[in-house]
Amino acid sequence: MQVDEATVRRIARLARIKITDAEATGLQSELSGILNWVEQLSEVNTDNVEPMTRVVPIDLKQREDRVTDGDKPDDIVKNAPLRENHFFVVPKVIE
Amino acid sequence: MTELTRLTLAEARDGLAGKKFSASELTKAFLSAAERANPDLNAFVTMTADHAMAQASDSDEKLAKGEARGLEGLPLGIKDLFATKGVHTQACSHILDGFKPPYESTITQNLWDAGAVMLGKTNMDEFAMGSSNETSYYGPVVNPWRRYGENGERSQDKLVPGGSSGGSASAVAADLCLAATATDTGGSIRQPAALTGTVGVKPTYGRCSRWGVVAFASSLDQAGPLAKTVKDAAIMLKYMASHDPKDTTSVNQPVPDYELSLKQGIKGLRVGVPKEYRVEGMATETEALWQQGIDWLKSEGATIHEISLPHTKYALPAYYIVAPAEASSNLARYDGVRYGLRIPGDNLIETYENSRAAGFGAEVKRRILIGTYVLSAGYYDAYYLKAQKVRTLIKQDFDQAWASVDVILTPTTPSPAFAQGEKSGDPLAMYLEDILTVTVNMAGLPGISVPAGLSAQGTPLGLQLIAKPFDEEMLFRVGQRIEDAAGRFPVTDRWWLE
Repeated sequence: MQVDEATVRRIARLARIKITDAEATGLQSELSGILNWVEQLSEVNTDNVEPMTRVVPIDLKQREDRVTDGDKPDDIVKNAPLRENHFFVVPKVIE
Repeated sequence: MTELTRLTLAEARDGLAGKKFSASELTKAFLSAAERANPDLNAFVTMTADHAMAQASDSDEKLAKGEARGLEGLPLGIKDLFATKGVHTQACSHILDGFKPPYESTITQNLWDAGAVMLGKTNMDEFAMGSSNETSYYGPVVNPWRRYGENGERSQDKLVPGGSSGGSASAVAADLCLAATATDTGGSIRQPAALTGTVGVKPTYGRCSRWGVVAFASSLDQAGPLAKTVKDAAIMLKYMASHDPKDTTSVNQPVPDYELSLKQGIKGLRVGVPKEYRVEGMATETEALWQQGIDWLKSEGATIHEISLPHTKYALPAYYIVAPAEASSNLARYDGVRYGLRIPGDNLIETYENSRAAGFGAEVKRRILIGTYVLSAGYYDAYYLKAQKVRTLIKQDFDQAWASVDVILTPTTPSPAFAQGEKSGDPLAMYLEDILTVTVNMAGLPGISVPAGLSAQGTPLGLQLIAKPFDEEMLFRVGQRIEDAAGRFPVTDRWWLE
């Protein structure tokens, strides 16, 4: 699988990571190399094989439906780089 | 009296119980050893000296009153991946700049409840992604071991301690703490253990709570101890493991007293040796050590059986789909809004993009992008679904093997510690470091690495044992036999004190 530069940029956009031109070029060959290498999985016959969903067979846990935590607005915003009272501050998103 | 920092965790526990020294003296000795070594080894990213001395003083009171708990007054290193309330927790990434969690991880809380002392947070590969501890935002960790030439001359090459738990491994090997917490997603406990002459245990998936441990690949991540001896690792795991309602994958099974398994013999035990683990490029000394391990176990009365795990070679490529896919999803939370680094942009999306560009290192970006690619529209079935099917086959290989063997013996790594910079330019060469450890994560099994010999250049080599799910006792039982036969491998040449 050869990844072109446009694909690298599209993926970076989806991942919300700004990349420089130099990074785009480097990533193009690195990602192609890794994807070519994982291509060997196509040798494996996986017809009628169920995909793994959990390594240890356990039943999904259930608990009583009640509030066990919360009421910690100070804790929640404490590490925010920009905050106002109990709000996270972001650039304006609605005109 | 023996130098305090040279003691094993079990010896220190006995020494405290016998009032040979106090928890405060012990803690002070480790703090000063760490302070002295850290400029050279870079094993700790932050020291919590005041906190440690306060904990030690509490422990001394408890010891005086005869109320000592299981780990009373024993100083530990904590990997920077574990949330510790009010203390540096950044997964050694720039993007978590200044993050101090308002909560404590379940595992570290278990340790403090047992009386342990926190010396500081240990260095690691950024977000646990790496096999050499060269991707940390806080710089590479140096292995306390050095290579020696034929004439016995010490090489000046700085060796890597392995990764991602390189700071924990280096700190334990250099006697900067009694033991340390670590995590293993593809080999991140066992590979550094092998490269530093320490014991590392990756428990069964679900044995230790993942709550409060920064997530990398959630279906593979599992925490465990790095320690000086098999016994120390057994003691540590006993207190780290628990059932935790806050982690839905944590398993509700009683935690055995692992120390009790150490004295059990192995007569009649069936040991499997998988032929597929004789990988290309394995060092001849590694092969020789493997044979030595087989001979040791045979002489203790175990029987040796060649087994086949046919899908072994596909574990690593499947891992490099599953792990980046889960990482790309887990790391989406680092957006420059709720915590950590923020680099403003003209709009919200640009703020995300700028923050993540500046905050993540090259290896983390590479894996997020691979993960985003394999999960993107049209590729999900070809990559992620295919890899999860291969994972089922890998697990089936093991399930079949357990019909004829009780435990599996392999080397931990194909070769001993390498020098800084030797593999960091080639992602694929670095990924191959985990070729013998990653199958265990893919199948959710427990594994241990026990130091078992030295390379021709005098650096440590490890043997790996793999057991059935929740049979950690088997790892300690057989691991102890290897340690008895091989002896221990403490670092004797403390070049950083010169």
